[in-house]
Amino acid sequence: MKRIYVNEKWCLGCHLCEYYCAFANSGSDDMVKALKDITIHPRIKIEERQGISFAVSCRHCEEPLCVKSCITGALTIHDGVITIDSDKCVGCYTCILSCPYGAVMPSGSGAIQKCELCVKNSFGTPACVQGCPNKAIVYEERA
Amino acid sequence: MAVDFLYPPYEVIRNHDKCITCRVCERQCANEVTRYDPQHNRMISDDAKCVNCHRCVSLCPTRAIKIVKTDHTFKTNANWTGDTISAVYRQAGTGGVLLSSMGNPEAYPVYWDKMLINASQVTNPPIDPLREPMETKVFLGQKPDAVQRDEQGKLINNLAPQLELSTPVMFSAMSYGSISYNAHESLARAAQELEIYYNTGEGGLHEDFYKYGKNTIVQVASGRFGVYKDYLEAGAAIEIKMGQGAKPGIGGHLPGAKIVGDISKTRMIPEGSDAISPAPHHDIYSIEDLRQLVFSLKEATEYKKPVIVKIAAVHNVAAIASGIARSGADIIAIDGFRGGTGAAPTRIRDNVGIPIELALASVDERLRQEGIRGNVSIVVGGSIRNSADIVKAIALGADAVYIATSALLALGCHLCRSCQTGKCNWGIATQRPELVKRLNPEIGYQRLVNLITAWTHEIEEMMGGMGINSIEALRGNRLMLRGIGLTEKELQILGIKHAGE
Amino acid sequence: MRQDNAQLPQREGEIRIPSGCAISGIFSKTGEKINGRKIIDSIATMHDRSNGLGGGFAGYGIYPQYKEYYALHVFYESSKAKEECEKFIDKKFDIINLSKIPVRPTPKITNEPLIWRYFVKPQHNMLESSHLDEAEYTCRNVIQINTTIEGAYVFSSGKNMGVFKAVGYPEDVGEYYGLEDYEGYCWTAHGRYPTNTPGWWGGAHPFALLDYSIVHNGEISSYDANRRYIEMFGYKCTLLTDTEVITYIIDYLVRRQGLTLQEMASVIAAPFWSTIEKYPPEERERLTYLRNTFSSLLITGPFSILLGFSGGMMALNDRLKLRSMVIAEKGSTVYVASEECAIRVVEPTLDKLWSPKGGEAFIVTLEGGER
Repeated sequence: MKRIYVNEKWCLGCHLCEYYCAFANSGSDDMVKALKDITIHPRIKIEERQGISFAVSCRHCEEPLCVKSCITGALTIHDGVITIDSDKCVGCYTCILSCPYGAVMPSGSGAIQKCELCVKNSFGTPACVQGCPNKAIVYEERA
Repeated sequence: MAVDFLYPPYEVIRNHDKCITCRVCERQCANEVTRYDPQHNRMISDDAKCVNCHRCVSLCPTRAIKIVKTDHTFKTNANWTGDTISAVYRQAGTGGVLLSSMGNPEAYPVYWDKMLINASQVTNPPIDPLREPMETKVFLGQKPDAVQRDEQGKLINNLAPQLELSTPVMFSAMSYGSISYNAHESLARAAQELEIYYNTGEGGLHEDFYKYGKNTIVQVASGRFGVYKDYLEAGAAIEIKMGQGAKPGIGGHLPGAKIVGDISKTRMIPEGSDAISPAPHHDIYSIEDLRQLVFSLKEATEYKKPVIVKIAAVHNVAAIASGIARSGADIIAIDGFRGGTGAAPTRIRDNVGIPIELALASVDERLRQEGIRGNVSIVVGGSIRNSADIVKAIALGADAVYIATSALLALGCHLCRSCQTGKCNWGIATQRPELVKRLNPEIGYQRLVNLITAWTHEIEEMMGGMGINSIEALRGNRLMLRGIGLTEKELQILGIKHAGE
Repeated sequence: MRQDNAQLPQREGEIRIPSGCAISGIFSKTGEKINGRKIIDSIATMHDRSNGLGGGFAGYGIYPQYKEYYALHVFYESSKAKEECEKFIDKKFDIINLSKIPVRPTPKITNEPLIWRYFVKPQHNMLESSHLDEAEYTCRNVIQINTTIEGAYVFSSGKNMGVFKAVGYPEDVGEYYGLEDYEGYCWTAHGRYPTNTPGWWGGAHPFALLDYSIVHNGEISSYDANRRYIEMFGYKCTLLTDTEVITYIIDYLVRRQGLTLQEMASVIAAPFWSTIEKYPPEERERLTYLRNTFSSLLITGPFSILLGFSGGMMALNDRLKLRSMVIAEKGSTVYVASEECAIRVVEPTLDKLWSPKGGEAFIVTLEGGER
């Protein structure tokens, strides 16, 4: 299946992916309206230290620990995409603790949030990939 | 701090209604123009540091930034313009030679824009490149004076080594050092895919790029950086650089600060030492010396590779070219006064040399008058900006063109002309790793391939319009050009008629 | 060369004039004598392909009694030009015979120049000291007359062949020169449709140099590329016509470079690179060599040409076949024409009739060689 991959060699640490992610999941049709004067909570995060940077988001593992650990069945796999049903999520954060990549995070509304490859928002295809100026984030099939 | 009398030429205008303070402008500016003010949750700028490279403008996700030329002005003076006055202030402050990059930006005539291309009507059919074959393949190199046959009467292939180009465009010399590893990789990969050539420039050839040798022209300049047997053998052709359009008559200087790591290794000089290319080749003080270097290089490579001699377009270019055509060189490359550079003294860049259009016209005509046009191919560069320029160059008599500035533009260059600072925000004219990585060759090479593919389509369209279906029938076909707004003398030098004639 | 007269419209040599045309050729492989009447009848059928501004013929084998000598046909615009030119010819050549070319005045042909014919051989000492062969010597002197003597123009300079041309419809030109009084094994003819009114006899076709004569229909788009290249080798394109430059190219490739006619065709109507790639390696190398070495002599744009030479005739279309041309055979006689009707009118029943492909040279020669 197509997944998001990150090539740290080309990541510039510009953080645009975070902003495109936040915009894509905001429900708004205007970036300024969506992001002006707020603190964003993107589902992709740039990790950077000592001149090295790369973006981290959900790997959509084939055997995901988060799904296994979810106590309410809020995390499920649909066609390989690990999705969250916020109505079922009770905010126990077990998934956050169990994700080895730190790709699951609180959403600010009680439930958790994670990258769902933009399948549920109006973009339809990962906004971070489209917004990356240097092809450091790609969305592709890999063997 | 002493007053320097200099006012920032550009202003960074930010629309704070649109700015979401994502800080990408701050993170991406190597000149540190912009910073975030947490107290007011606003981005603030120091205009004085801005070189107008548009990196922030391009990456701003909400299009909140524009760069404008300042309207701050001196008292209006047609003679003492603001730039002229500021240059005096700058030199009075530093005591130094003014440095610039890229091509001559002054308002000299652009002859390409004063020539118009013909098309067929009625007496001769235009050819539709979508329906009929349209050929842009070119061979560069010496052609034999006479055919030879073996005892059975079969033709003997007595051609000198040739370069075969799928389309008459090559990427001209830009050294590793003046541009980045990723820029070189983009050029090399594009040349390979396009079946054309790129040129190493004078900085040697990085070991990673020997694999692109089939599409590489290796350059030998006065500094001889990185020149050794394997290097000469690595390329498809060898270019002797006698001069450069942006700075005829002077050499080059890559500061020691840039001679680090792979650059030092590739140039074969110690880290931190200045890379100085002398103004002349110190083994070439005259044309007979050039002949010796041409043949030394041919000896070293067993006469298997064509040798190019590159010169700057200067006043007596026709006579010089005539000498080169008799020197054993296979190809003459002529670089016009608008050609780019990674760094040149401003006064030289802006005042020395002549336009490539006139140089090409007079060289081609002179070689024909002397009956030696077949001895050499002619490649011209020095501001070939689009496919129409290429068609005009070929109709004037060029076999192919060299492009560099347009190739860099394809890679993202915004012609801010600040290469000499080494802080290229686009990852091209820099060696700083965090900047170099901004040019992903995967993107860069594809953009170069796109550009040349698009231009080739346009060349084919224009050729088809003229009823020409092979590029060699366009070469030197000056009847296909007409001048517009040119004097008798200019028309005479260009060897074309005026529109309406 | 033209005498100066600013009042006249520009003509060949002063302006480049595109033109459409009709061509026709008849060739007897067995060397049977064909009367000039036959070629007139053929070209006359294609009257509408000409517009009365130029017609002409070339006949081969027509001067058997003088076949060792170059036959110079010359137009003079004045007796002064004639005097000067004859002085030049007399100095460079031994004149064996000279006469006015007989004509039959007709109201359809006007503005006649003086038309003279000289049978000559190169003056021995001059030839020796020139270190040139006879053909090159003659060629250079013909070019010299045409470029330097005002009002004189040599329009035919081969052996045992002659060109007859004028401003007018080709059938009227044929009548004017009385071609039924000539017989030869090969005739070519041309009717011209230029797009303005030059009205100069020298501009009519065929164009000839030594034994080569060309009739051509088309407008080549490579003209100036070809002209500027060929002029490197001592040729002067004074007429600015396609026919002139094609003749020089053929002379250069065949006579001076020693290419065969087929090889010459592979240069001027070279196969496309995509076609060359499909050949076996040896043939691919040969075709690439020819195309690359003589790349500036590739001719693009529409053309159909008939090349007459001693003992043979060649027909060739541009490589896209943008001009019509058909070939036919009846017994040992070969016909080539822009239109089939021009063949049927002189030979209604044919053994074979076909359209050669673009760029495919058709060559016919006398059986048993030249005689």
